[in-house]
Amino acid sequence: MSATATNPVEPFLRMDRIPHIWCPGCGIGTTVNCFTRALMDSKIDLKSLALVSGIGCTGRVAGYVKLDSFHTTHGRAIPFATGLKLANPNLNVIVYSGDGDLSAIGGNHLIHAARRNIDLKVICVNNLTYAMTGGQSAPTTPEHAITATSPYGAFEPSFNLPHLVEAAGAVYVARWTTFHVRQLARSIAEIFKKKGFCFIEVLSPCPTLYQRRNKMGDGLDTMRFYKEKSKIKNGASTSEVGLTINGEIIVGKFVERDRPDYSSLMRAQFVEALGDRYVDCTETVCS
Amino acid sequence: MIHITGSWNSALHNKTLKTLVQGVCIPSAVGVTVAKGTVKIVDERCKSCGFCVEFCPTKVLALSSDFNSKGYHPPYAVAPEKCSGCDLCGMYCPDFAIFGYKNGAAATQEVDHEG
Amino acid sequence: MKADPRGVLTGVHFIDGDQACCEGALAAGARFASGYPITPSTEVVERFASRVPTVGGTFIQMEDELAASITLQGAVWGGAKAFTVTSGPGFSLMMEHIGYAAMTETPCVFVDVQRGGPSTGLPTLPAQADMMQARWGSHGDYEVIALCPNSPQECFDLTIRAFNLAEEFRLPVMFMMDEVVGHMTEKVVIPPADEIEIVPRRHTHKPLEEYLPYETNGGMVPEIAHAGEGYNFHITGLTHDEHGYPNMTPPIQDKLVRRLQNKVREAAERITLYEAEGLQDAEVVVISYGITSRVAQRAIELARAQGLQVGKLRLITAWPFPEHKIRELAPRVKAMVVPELNLGQMVREVERSAGGECRVLAVPHAGGSVHHPKDILKVIVEASR
Repeated sequence: MSATATNPVEPFLRMDRIPHIWCPGCGIGTTVNCFTRALMDSKIDLKSLALVSGIGCTGRVAGYVKLDSFHTTHGRAIPFATGLKLANPNLNVIVYSGDGDLSAIGGNHLIHAARRNIDLKVICVNNLTYAMTGGQSAPTTPEHAITATSPYGAFEPSFNLPHLVEAAGAVYVARWTTFHVRQLARSIAEIFKKKGFCFIEVLSPCPTLYQRRNKMGDGLDTMRFYKEKSKIKNGASTSEVGLTINGEIIVGKFVERDRPDYSSLMRAQFVEALGDRYVDCTETVCS
Repeated sequence: MIHITGSWNSALHNKTLKTLVQGVCIPSAVGVTVAKGTVKIVDERCKSCGFCVEFCPTKVLALSSDFNSKGYHPPYAVAPEKCSGCDLCGMYCPDFAIFGYKNGAAATQEVDHEG
Repeated sequence: MKADPRGVLTGVHFIDGDQACCEGALAAGARFASGYPITPSTEVVERFASRVPTVGGTFIQMEDELAASITLQGAVWGGAKAFTVTSGPGFSLMMEHIGYAAMTETPCVFVDVQRGGPSTGLPTLPAQADMMQARWGSHGDYEVIALCPNSPQECFDLTIRAFNLAEEFRLPVMFMMDEVVGHMTEKVVIPPADEIEIVPRRHTHKPLEEYLPYETNGGMVPEIAHAGEGYNFHITGLTHDEHGYPNMTPPIQDKLVRRLQNKVREAAERITLYEAEGLQDAEVVVISYGITSRVAQRAIELARAQGLQVGKLRLITAWPFPEHKIRELAPRVKAMVVPELNLGQMVREVERSAGGECRVLAVPHAGGSVHHPKDILKVIVEASR
């Protein structure tokens, strides 16, 4: 028995900034555990990683992980990450952000990056709301849910994110919940090795806002809810995995396919058009 | 079986890593439970969400009736001998306040963080 | 440091300002651009898209200016010198990210080829009505540097200067062209690479454990590191301390924002560039920039031919504004005349700096064409009374 055993997550955290700001029962910290386990299991070279986040509760992940990390503007983690990746193709660039940040204000960038198949690993923590600003409705808020800006119940149809990103062109699409810690860690480790636009949606409790307003209990109640309502259907058709306020939650790895990524396409086109005259940008000294 | 319980430190401002309970077993002629793992808890980080207690597959944990300095009830190992060191508690904990490891395994999990 | 010859198209060219700006960027070492088409700026990135695959680098046309204005910043942190190009409506969209670049001290260049506004305005016709926006367009307190070329040659030369200033001061530099300068074709001489002076990235030499992203060690500008080098730094647009960590308290805010401002203000006299002529015995000084300065030049010549004592001050750096020069001149002259292709923007800075010591007369123009020299002459004559 050793008194010096360290929590396996700690070497990956900026321990000088712990405790973090997330509420009791919030699932974001749980996703960070899965992320760090994936880093360990995949034995990825940490120096080659860069993590980019947007604004929101999930966006704060960038400030807690001990990697080159960028806390950018609301909705724009993906274009920032695109520039980072194109300037240094040796980086493995992770985008770690929330549902509002990625699918509302960032929606346009989400679909274009998927279309282009930019080699980015996107972890979208979906707590069905804009948590940081007080729990307003988001494009992912299920119909009839109460939020700060839908006080009588949301009436907008909500996004089915796996369906959206698959249609846009993502090569890896999965959804898990914070209950599915082992599967989530495994999916994250998988996307490190998958070239192209990868997207993992993780349903997570926001007990302070979403669950409270909808009388769905606390974080633990939500985890039990996930356990009860989830059904693992790997390979499910993404058109059938939409979420409702109280209904079945289909989780699993839905899409895994091969498409040439943006950089391969670019290179192939230039080589065809320019032959020897093409200078691959990795050959030049950038800066 | 001898069960060692760490006494709760009444100095609630003590933020150091506290090993609350480790399973220690002495074989005897009668069938015994040998703990395969140990769980470590950082009381001060806990926010009593209850995930670890709920999802421990062998029900090692329960929320204590004591408080940390923020008023939360951290967990403690009520059945430490059942700990397998699977670290599910560690994976669930949103506050990085608990983790489990297999006994006899490497004391610290080395991470090559220098790249 | 000398320019990388792979990006320098040495020779004598007959090209327009947009083309020359692209060549200036390449000569300065820019190897990344993200853009979005908008008249009259698009040719800059069109040329970059066609040049960069044989020079080495990347161009990506993003889905909108919101993306373009931050994609280039990701590229900077990945190690490249990067820029984007736009005009009025796109410039407005880019404002949030100009603020992000200022806050995170990301060295980069934003080119605005100004056109008639507001809103969609006059896409193919000139104006100079984004000048205040270049300085104040994003929210919060920050400083930028803004340059105004008045010829295709200057579009080449000053683009290099823009990149150099960006690297030296770690901030976004606004390159304020206008549609006429962008689309006028003139002789542009591009010298050999070893005659072009480049400021390299202020990369840290500190060991991994010691480096702090926003520590300035008594200076004003921190040293930078790039992603992928093992520094494990954190960058945020939130108010932050030397560690780069969010630290959202009034004392840290005060310290940070003042430094962002003072790193430019304390070096303002060194940064500001202007062309002065005939100021010693001038009674009237004409202050202008960009294409208007070419028209003003004619007006000044006509005025002198009439026996008027007219001096010229052409702003090459619009921001920081050379207030020290105006303050020095104002007590010695009767009046300052400020023609602009707008309804009065930089003239406000002239008024403010003159502090009532002399008259300040604007020569506004709503945009869409340039002034006629006689419009400016008329005001010079009136100012001389």
